[in-house]
Amino acid sequence: MILSVLSSPALVSGLMVAQDKNSVHSVMFPILVFRDTLGLLLLLGLDVSAMMFPVVHIGDIDVSFLFVVMMFHIQIAEICEEVLRYLPVSGIIGLILWWEMFFILDNETIPLLPTQRNTTSLRYTVYAGKVRSWTNLETLGNLLYTYYFVWFLLPSLILLVAMIGAIVLTMHRTTKVKRQDIFRRNAIDFRRTIMRRTTDPLTIY
Amino acid sequence: LWILAPILTLVLGITIGVLVIVWLEREISAGLQQRIGPEYAGPLGVLQALADGTKLLFKENLFPSRGDTRLFSIGPAIAVVSTLLSYSVIPFAYRFVLSDLSMGVFLWIAISSIVPIGLLMSGYGSNNKYSFLGGLRAAAQSISYEIPLTLCVLSISLRAIRFDIVEAQSKYGFWGWNLWRQPIGFIIFLISSLAECERLPFDLPEAEEELVAGYQTEYSGIKFGLFYVASYLNLLVSSLFVTVLYLGGWNIFIPYIFMTEFLEINNVGRVFGITIARWTLPRLRMDQLLNLGWKFLLPISLGNLLLTTSSQLLSL
Repeated sequence: MILSVLSSPALVSGLMVAQDKNSVHSVMFPILVFRDTLGLLLLLGLDVSAMMFPVVHIGDIDVSFLFVVMMFHIQIAEICEEVLRYLPVSGIIGLILWWEMFFILDNETIPLLPTQRNTTSLRYTVYAGKVRSWTNLETLGNLLYTYYFVWFLLPSLILLVAMIGAIVLTMHRTTKVKRQDIFRRNAIDFRRTIMRRTTDPLTIY
Repeated sequence: LWILAPILTLVLGITIGVLVIVWLEREISAGLQQRIGPEYAGPLGVLQALADGTKLLFKENLFPSRGDTRLFSIGPAIAVVSTLLSYSVIPFAYRFVLSDLSMGVFLWIAISSIVPIGLLMSGYGSNNKYSFLGGLRAAAQSISYEIPLTLCVLSISLRAIRFDIVEAQSKYGFWGWNLWRQPIGFIIFLISSLAECERLPFDLPEAEEELVAGYQTEYSGIKFGLFYVASYLNLLVSSLFVTVLYLGGWNIFIPYIFMTEFLEINNVGRVFGITIARWTLPRLRMDQLLNLGWKFLLPISLGNLLLTTSSQLLSL
């Protein structure tokens, strides 16, 4: 029951992302999607991946989308046009993604990916010797930082490039902006800045 | 169903804690500014927070007429709910925690990432240019200080082998606190958690009501009360986490007391310090604030992580 409570709002919110005319709403609906998939992951027992969802997806990706949507001027005339004429191409992409889901879900009965064929041998391993209760976090850390560390470092490099790219693309150097150099400002000696001038006491007004 | 009793106890404790903090803040700020604090509501003004809450309940609940009503209403709720959720992982004494997750601290970091969404929603929903910009600024501040926070927590949990962060501190009493093992991390964590809950000196979203406008401008009545409470709740959670991670949790430096020491005794000093900081330090401008977060705290927290990892390697 909890599964349907969580998964149906996820699907509906996913549809609403594309449907809603208000662009801010259509960026708010992914928050609902992420929250419901977070609940689904928690039901599966993957606590770490579930905790990654608020940090990465809601907290960073969605906030970035919100910043883009809110700060850039999006033409409203584009939103009111007919959506149905995108159906052939979007239908093909949707079918591809749906088909990809079945790669993962039903891999035993429909062997589309080249996995090992001798799947029956897995049933005869002695599990009593293999019981070691690691938490999810420990297993992830153990694998990610030792065996798959290259794949851990590569996304960080990609993210660095993306960050620098975003900054470079949007930065425009303004040479006429007056900036303060705080250290220089603190080092000013007043005896050298205030000029002495004799003032005529009769002509002060 | 028996889980409701601990939840209710915790919620009651939190409510009383917020009341105490609001009163403390008024009294401390009054003392710092050399005036008398609240003295009319209750004896010594203890019920001041209740009086504030009741006043806000009875105020008219305004909606901006052309703003986005649904987002406007949901915005403060998201900020408060996320902050309240992170109370469930704070250990108040040995195993005295509502949900004994193995990654409780990570839950706090994850949930505090949802807060900027609430701020953005409330800034957008009010049909006001300035509160919109204020909401954007508040969200930017919030997300940029999460990273030094997470890195400091990471360097703490590197030292603890199996997430028994607090119990590892209980070995040496006062000198086993993580404060002495990681002084840099303590300072960074303190600053980042202050920035996360938008306290002084990172007060720009809140006090922008004095300056231009914050995301809280169009709010009145109980929705403003929710923001008000969310600020203090966040303060309490942050100071509790500082105490758990760095200041020894529930162990005070008297090692021979067999009664389970509660976290609050350790915590009040922290709250006191934060409140003093609020009223003594000037407010940072927005670009100085983001400058501090990204260019200063982030490299230092990375350096802290590097130091911790290298010391772990050398001692093992």
